[in-house]
Amino acid sequence: MEFLVASAIGVLTAAGMYLVLRLRTFPVIMGMSLLTYAVNVFLFASGRLTVGAPPILGDGATYTDPLPQALVLTAIVISFGMTAVIVMIALGAYLGADDDRVDDPKPQDETPTKIEDAP
Amino acid sequence: MTHWMILPIVLPAFLAAFIVLAANYHIQIQRAISVAGGLGLVAVAAGLAWQASDGTVTLYQLGDWAAPFGIVLVADRLSTLMVLLTAVLGLVVMLYSIGSGWDNRARHFHALFQFQLMGLMGAFLTGDLFNLFVFFEVLLIASYGLMIHAGGTKRLRAGVQYVLFNLLGSTLFLFALGAIYAETGTLNMADLAQRVQLISPDATVGIRIAAVLLLMVFAIKAAVVPLHFWLPSSYAEAPAPVAALFAIMTKVGAYAIIRVYTLIFSPELEATAGLHGWWLMPAALVSLGIGMLGVLAAKRLDRMIAFSVIGSMGMVMVSIALFTTAGMTAALYYIVHSTLAAAALFLIADLVRTGRDSVELTPQAPMAGGALTAGFYFVAAIAMAGLPPLSGFVGKLLVLQASFDTGDVVWVWAVILSSSLVAMVGFARAGSVLFWKAHSVEASEETPSPAAPAVLSYVAVGTLIALLVAHTIFAGPITRYTSAISGQLFAPDRYLSTVLDTPGKMSKPSDKAK
Repeated sequence: MEFLVASAIGVLTAAGMYLVLRLRTFPVIMGMSLLTYAVNVFLFASGRLTVGAPPILGDGATYTDPLPQALVLTAIVISFGMTAVIVMIALGAYLGADDDRVDDPKPQDETPTKIEDAP
Repeated sequence: MTHWMILPIVLPAFLAAFIVLAANYHIQIQRAISVAGGLGLVAVAAGLAWQASDGTVTLYQLGDWAAPFGIVLVADRLSTLMVLLTAVLGLVVMLYSIGSGWDNRARHFHALFQFQLMGLMGAFLTGDLFNLFVFFEVLLIASYGLMIHAGGTKRLRAGVQYVLFNLLGSTLFLFALGAIYAETGTLNMADLAQRVQLISPDATVGIRIAAVLLLMVFAIKAAVVPLHFWLPSSYAEAPAPVAALFAIMTKVGAYAIIRVYTLIFSPELEATAGLHGWWLMPAALVSLGIGMLGVLAAKRLDRMIAFSVIGSMGMVMVSIALFTTAGMTAALYYIVHSTLAAAALFLIADLVRTGRDSVELTPQAPMAGGALTAGFYFVAAIAMAGLPPLSGFVGKLLVLQASFDTGDVVWVWAVILSSSLVAMVGFARAGSVLFWKAHSVEASEETPSPAAPAVLSYVAVGTLIALLVAHTIFAGPITRYTSAISGQLFAPDRYLSTVLDTPGKMSKPSDKAK
């Protein structure tokens, strides 16, 4: 099982990194999601993999470490919310600029124009 | 147990919620609440700093759970200094945003501002690594909102880059935390400091990877080259008061590096030896060089200031990377100086933008309110470039002195002195183009000249300048105090015993572990 979980984390991370290095916002955000899945599984595994044991100290000798579960919960909530935020900002930028590249525009585009919101 | 300690976190949190719920449509009420909260925060922070100034380490156990089972807040000299700096900067920047009307260009500015302060305070006060991650997220989430405040396509594009880069940083942070937990079974900083020393020398692979990952995360926050790419665009495009507040955000990274790499992965620790000198020092020197070259190369005032922030962070990191008492003393003095100077420069860039068409470094007709703005720019640029008589020069001298009897002296002196020259040329050129060449350009008759900035804006910038001057005049007492701070950092026994031996629920973990 350790091999399965470890390789799953590896594949998710590799795919996520590949997508993050693209230039358009959609694949980059997809890559971010894959990376957060990978890190969630990784956090889970950081408390050692235990099957069929409760996350409390009871009569039994084996128990699952409950702390990584709490950490994962926090991480999931934050990454979920952040994905929503980045989608909204990226959508706003795309609709405004008609271009969804994530890198800086080329210098010749930066003609000395008045910044929109200057008073 | 005193509850004053959690007030810097709770007060902004309550105010932010109150502003959203009760005063959402009344900008004047929002401003009044915000300023009152800012004043209160300065008072509380000053009280905490006074309490910690004699070396007391104050502990706050949330829910009365003893460390390492519960989350703790710890106020020692370093934390309270950063809290006080944040509170003062927050108040001044808030005054500027009110004076310039930035807060009224879109809604929720004050609520997000308070959440940002909450995240910053929490990051400085917490004694738990995962809690540090959570407060990083709080301050980042608020900063995403502030960064794209008032919208605009350019700002949104810069916002996308900023958010993506920081999301990647957060993911990396989680990987590092998972690795640390898997290796040691704890995330409390004081407990970690004791447990990493127990790891046997032939089983340090995991903890070494975690230490490097964590250093990378904090280096992203501190914008150390080669992890600085997010900074220039986002700081240049962010609204001016927000960019000024962001001046403290890079210092959060520096604070985290100081805290974690003196307390947990201290230079004496066998497993992570070499991380500080071999990796941090060259990166810091390159940051200093690249930042100051960027000052010379930038074509816009706001980008130029953003690069000077990278350069000054490089200076801070050079001093930290020495990992000596003298180096840390200089770094802490320089952190305060660089925060104030960078914030003042970002606000001055906004004064320039208010007075003329754009912040491009091209000659344009004289700006409205030009003389006073030029004077402020002159003083702030002297401070940032590190010329006598202001605090940048004192800080630089301290760094040079601290590095004098170390092995890196040649590199440090060469890079610092040559980058100072480059920065000086860059700032002088920008100033002469903006303020002197303006008089050779005829104002066109058709376009009406822009209105002069509000008085309150000048008051805010003037306060920052006055603080810089005070930082120079009282350099002696301040340096003695930062020296006391670094003394506390390199002798963490009192910190460890306060955190781990204070009784609470599930007390005496050290006995159980044995």
